[in-house]
Amino acid sequence: MQSRSVEAVVGFFLCLGVAAILVLTFQVSDLQRSVSGNSYTIFANFENSGGLKVGSSVSLAGVNIGRVTDISIDSDTFESRVSLTVEDKFNMLPKDSSASILTAGLLGERYVGIEPGGDMKLLADGDVVRFTESALVLEQIIGQFLFSQSSNKSE
Amino acid sequence: MISWLSHLGRSFLFLLQLLAAIVPATTKLRVRLLTQQIWSVGNQSLVIIVVSGIFVGMVLALQGYRTLVTFGAEESLGVVVGLSIVRELGPVLTGLLFAGRAGSALAAEIGLMRATEQIDGLELMAVDPVRRLLVPRFLAVMVSLPLLTAIFSCMAIGAGGAHLIGVDLLGVDSGAYWSQMKAAVDFNHDVMNGIIKSVVFAFGVGWISLYQGFYAAPTSEGVGRATTRTVVLSSLFILGSNFVLTAMLFGGL
Repeated sequence: MQSRSVEAVVGFFLCLGVAAILVLTFQVSDLQRSVSGNSYTIFANFENSGGLKVGSSVSLAGVNIGRVTDISIDSDTFESRVSLTVEDKFNMLPKDSSASILTAGLLGERYVGIEPGGDMKLLADGDVVRFTESALVLEQIIGQFLFSQSSNKSE
Repeated sequence: MISWLSHLGRSFLFLLQLLAAIVPATTKLRVRLLTQQIWSVGNQSLVIIVVSGIFVGMVLALQGYRTLVTFGAEESLGVVVGLSIVRELGPVLTGLLFAGRAGSALAAEIGLMRATEQIDGLELMAVDPVRRLLVPRFLAVMVSLPLLTAIFSCMAIGAGGAHLIGVDLLGVDSGAYWSQMKAAVDFNHDVMNGIIKSVVFAFGVGWISLYQGFYAAPTSEGVGRATTRTVVLSSLFILGSNFVLTAMLFGGL
């Protein structure tokens, strides 16, 4: 009887531990965020991909459809070449869709937002998104603002 | 210097002996031995782990909030708490508490068995003390510490800890707390690495405590010294290997 109750308490402990791991998996981290199952990769060239990281999300109308899987330099144009891995079930992106680097909130994470176009042809694996909009670099905007202020004054 | 090297060599041979005994011991392991050890190592540590987790989470929320509110970014409290608990504080603090609570108990228990010649008695009866005494304890440590780490992290992040202070008392939005945490904490990168860390810490604590106990001088003083050494060496092992593991798993070096 003694050992039976010990076994029950140990079983309870093991269940508690596994439950805690599951909570960490699904409540604290969001396992569903990773690209699971079949996916295809499209490329987008940005003049500046500042702040975008491998693993950043790709979203369409606010819905997460994939992830950034690689960021490299296009050696011909010196632009940033970003690989976007999109889940197969979102394979209805028109060919003339545009990609822009957006920020979640003022200081939030950078992500790639896809704006669908109107083309009948669809983006397939290995295609390049033609219309892109670079990340807003705060320093450049402030610089431009200061420059325009001072030029206004001199006139 | 020589004695230090011989300690190191002996502990390594001890480890090999222990690891080699795991497979033959588990094939005819009496499950009761293992459950008994998980009970004394895991269950008995549960209360201190849960209570510490809750308090660490509460303090982290309080401090994080005070810093974040200066930047008007108090909604990111979930990110701060989630990442720091899952990546660092959870595995390290649980490991340290576990070394103090369970590692020292193991060392004292085995050391006293050595001092009272129970281990020699087992050997006389042709029972391998490594298989009979050490393997169940080592496996119990390896099973318990990762689970305790997960429980600690949940307690610190969840309703009792940081959530209680941050959301219920300081007024961070509950939705923002969880959603920003979910967005920032990655399963493979953060949760898995925390689990890997706790497995490594369990390995170290198990190894150090059993070695110190098994080779304790058979006096009351020797048992005391083995217990102290277990806590000191385990803590150093956890803190040192944590740095190495962080550098390896998260890069940056």
